[in-house]
Amino acid sequence: MDIASLTIDGIRASLLARRFSAVELATEALGFAEAENPRTNAYLRFSPERALSAARHVDERIARGQELGRLAAVPVAVKDVIVTKGVRTTCGSKLLANYIPPYDATAVERLEQAGALIIGKTNCDEFAMGSSNENSAFGPVRNPVALDRVPGGSSGGSAAAVAQGTAVVALGSDTGGSIRQPASFCGVVGVTPTYGRVSRYGLTAFASSLDHIGPLARSVKEAATVLGVIAGRDARDATSAAAPVPDYTAGLDGNVKGLKLGLPREYLKELTSETGELIYAAVDDLKRLGCEIREISLPATDYAIACYYILATAEASSNLARYDGVRYTFRSAQTETLAEMYRNTRGEGFGAECKRRIMLGTYVLSAGYYDAYYLKAQKVRALIARDFANAFQEVDAIVAPVSPYPAFRLGEKIADPIAMYLSDIYTITGDLAGIPCMSVPCGKTAAGLPVGMQILTRHFDEPTMFRLADAFEALGRAV
Amino acid sequence: MRITEEQVRYVAALSNLQLSAEEVAHLRTDLDGILEHIDRLNEISTSGVEPMAQVLYEADDTATLRPDTPAEPLGNAAAMANAPQPGAGYFKVPKVIER
Repeated sequence: MDIASLTIDGIRASLLARRFSAVELATEALGFAEAENPRTNAYLRFSPERALSAARHVDERIARGQELGRLAAVPVAVKDVIVTKGVRTTCGSKLLANYIPPYDATAVERLEQAGALIIGKTNCDEFAMGSSNENSAFGPVRNPVALDRVPGGSSGGSAAAVAQGTAVVALGSDTGGSIRQPASFCGVVGVTPTYGRVSRYGLTAFASSLDHIGPLARSVKEAATVLGVIAGRDARDATSAAAPVPDYTAGLDGNVKGLKLGLPREYLKELTSETGELIYAAVDDLKRLGCEIREISLPATDYAIACYYILATAEASSNLARYDGVRYTFRSAQTETLAEMYRNTRGEGFGAECKRRIMLGTYVLSAGYYDAYYLKAQKVRALIARDFANAFQEVDAIVAPVSPYPAFRLGEKIADPIAMYLSDIYTITGDLAGIPCMSVPCGKTAAGLPVGMQILTRHFDEPTMFRLADAFEALGRAV
Repeated sequence: MRITEEQVRYVAALSNLQLSAEEVAHLRTDLDGILEHIDRLNEISTSGVEPMAQVLYEADDTATLRPDTPAEPLGNAAAMANAPQPGAGYFKVPKVIER
């Protein structure tokens, strides 16, 4: 069994042809992932009991001749900010090193209902705060494509697992680019759906108005399949959308003729030459496929980083207030008084980046600064959303780079928080507007580093996004 | 300079974060740089713009309402399982009120 090249369709065909059983697959996949993990540190832990129990269910269905779920026996890795009942979930934080959730996230529940095997939990930046996966309390992840480089963040472990072939697909979370940027750095597909498309129930809250769960996969079709499984209304998340979930794989027919695509000039001015060349080459490809390319302007883009780092940190400072030493496993040993317990638990438990963001978020919300920072940022957010709404009057989709550069070296940016924040420049706008956006591999630099192209569409227009990405993927430019 | 060490200590107190002197110095430098970047928001006019608190899209008014159906709660034992210091079905904390 070649675990690293398994596909969703291939697994189904093999199960039905009795080439292997789901339990055999689970056993081999777990063994392979454990053996490969020391190379990248992509997984924080494995969940063999859970994977094997799900595999036995799949085998029982086959034995009884029952219909198989859409993800039958598909090995899935889940980012460690998404809770799994009975399987330790740390959020990459020392604070939650021993936290065992008493319930499952809705997305996880739906994956297993479709027959998926949750094989393990993936490494990430602490509470999903970071762009390099270097902020994990459990050590950084190395990029499987180039081991001296970062996999991107914060869903770095999920992207690395899929790129390494230890999982067929993975779940990540995206607040400012945390699915698309690691997908582009590791050469896989990463999807941030419309805000509210996937329930956030069970996703540890970072910035609630910006948080998304989404899939990472080795093909557009597989990402679309997973999104179809996890999307949809969930009574346990009031922000989950009631809009019906279409079959995202249905329209992948390669026909993108006549689609109007916008190329935002603000996204192309600071590109290093190689990334820029690959994006322009991809745009030429899309032109040849019959798309109509128009240069567009999203003028508020220059203010997006400032806007995001006010809103996201403000929300984070509030969401992370719950880690106070009372309920979530970790409490400082120095706890003479209640106030001391709070301060010491948080001072000892949070890593440097979380502290930085809690501090910034508290500062921008504090008396005297609210109007100048938080309120101003909310208005700028409206302008960014308006830019997209205006653009979508003219075009069906927007194509852009995911990151200004390919994967950087471990340690290269960690000492300079602003340089790190600036690496999110092209991805945070999609989160602020809440529109669907994804990264699809579009080639490699001379040094062999993957580059991703971003596709953004109107709210709930994932079908157009997937159709375009699939048609581009078929050209085989990723290799 | 946009922020002083004294302000950093004040914000740390609001955030219930115990910081070392070294952390205070580092955070002052970091926050100063970030706030300098954030200052560019003053360049963009937002007069007449409604603040955006959440993602908005076309949907029915009742799209977020659900039927009010009773369901089994998590239960005390499961809810307490991760408590650093549980006791008699409660979360124990250091004494709050001195007599």
